[in-house]
Amino acid sequence: MKIKLFYFARLKESLKYSTEDLELADSGEAWTVLKLKAFLAKRGDVWGQMLMGKLKVRAAINHELVHDNAPIADGDEVAFFPPVTGG
Amino acid sequence: MTVRVQTSDFDAGFEISQLRKARKDIGAVVSFIGLVRDLNDGDAVSQLTLEHYPGMTEKSLEVIIAQAKTRWRIIDALIIHRVGTLQPGDQIVLVLVSSAHRGDAFAACEFMMDYLKTEAPFWKKEATPDGEHWVEAKETDDEARERWNIKH
Repeated sequence: MKIKLFYFARLKESLKYSTEDLELADSGEAWTVLKLKAFLAKRGDVWGQMLMGKLKVRAAINHELVHDNAPIADGDEVAFFPPVTGG
Repeated sequence: MTVRVQTSDFDAGFEISQLRKARKDIGAVVSFIGLVRDLNDGDAVSQLTLEHYPGMTEKSLEVIIAQAKTRWRIIDALIIHRVGTLQPGDQIVLVLVSSAHRGDAFAACEFMMDYLKTEAPFWKKEATPDGEHWVEAKETDDEARERWNIKH
């Protein structure tokens, strides 16, 4: 399945990515936010640090905040970012 | 109900007059204005840059107004949040709530700010004498939101 990924703030800067289109292989096991984070973390040091390290990472699917166990579906827009600091 | 994310400044007086326009049932308007301070956690701040997630930001601000509406008797509400580069003393955010009686507007305004601080996708980066750094989220903001028992 295909998804669109976005990264914001510290993640965008460190990963040097703001957005990408990603094809996820069907492994028989459903894709979740946590599974996607673990998959991306394998890309290298900074990816592991940013997505599976000590830093808190929040995720959104189709513009809604979700937890790690949220399922990802074909065509979803998934975003990773640090805890928000607006206001 | 109005939500705006913009780089330009806002005029609270003008926005209040727009909110009140042609209505005689409003008994109270509560406003909150957030400003850029020149000092944060002991660091001198010379500039603040705000990044956001276009699309999700507007949607989350609309959700917060909708949630406030289900909890209090609100007549109207407005949120303006600025993004881009700001200087100390600049206005960042405006929240307006109108209601028949002050209690609803006071509570809803505070609720909306507490929600915005922890749920709306904005990120601040400060320029200090030591360089630029991302502002860390504060636990006190999470605690402020918890007072309202929001499920998330």
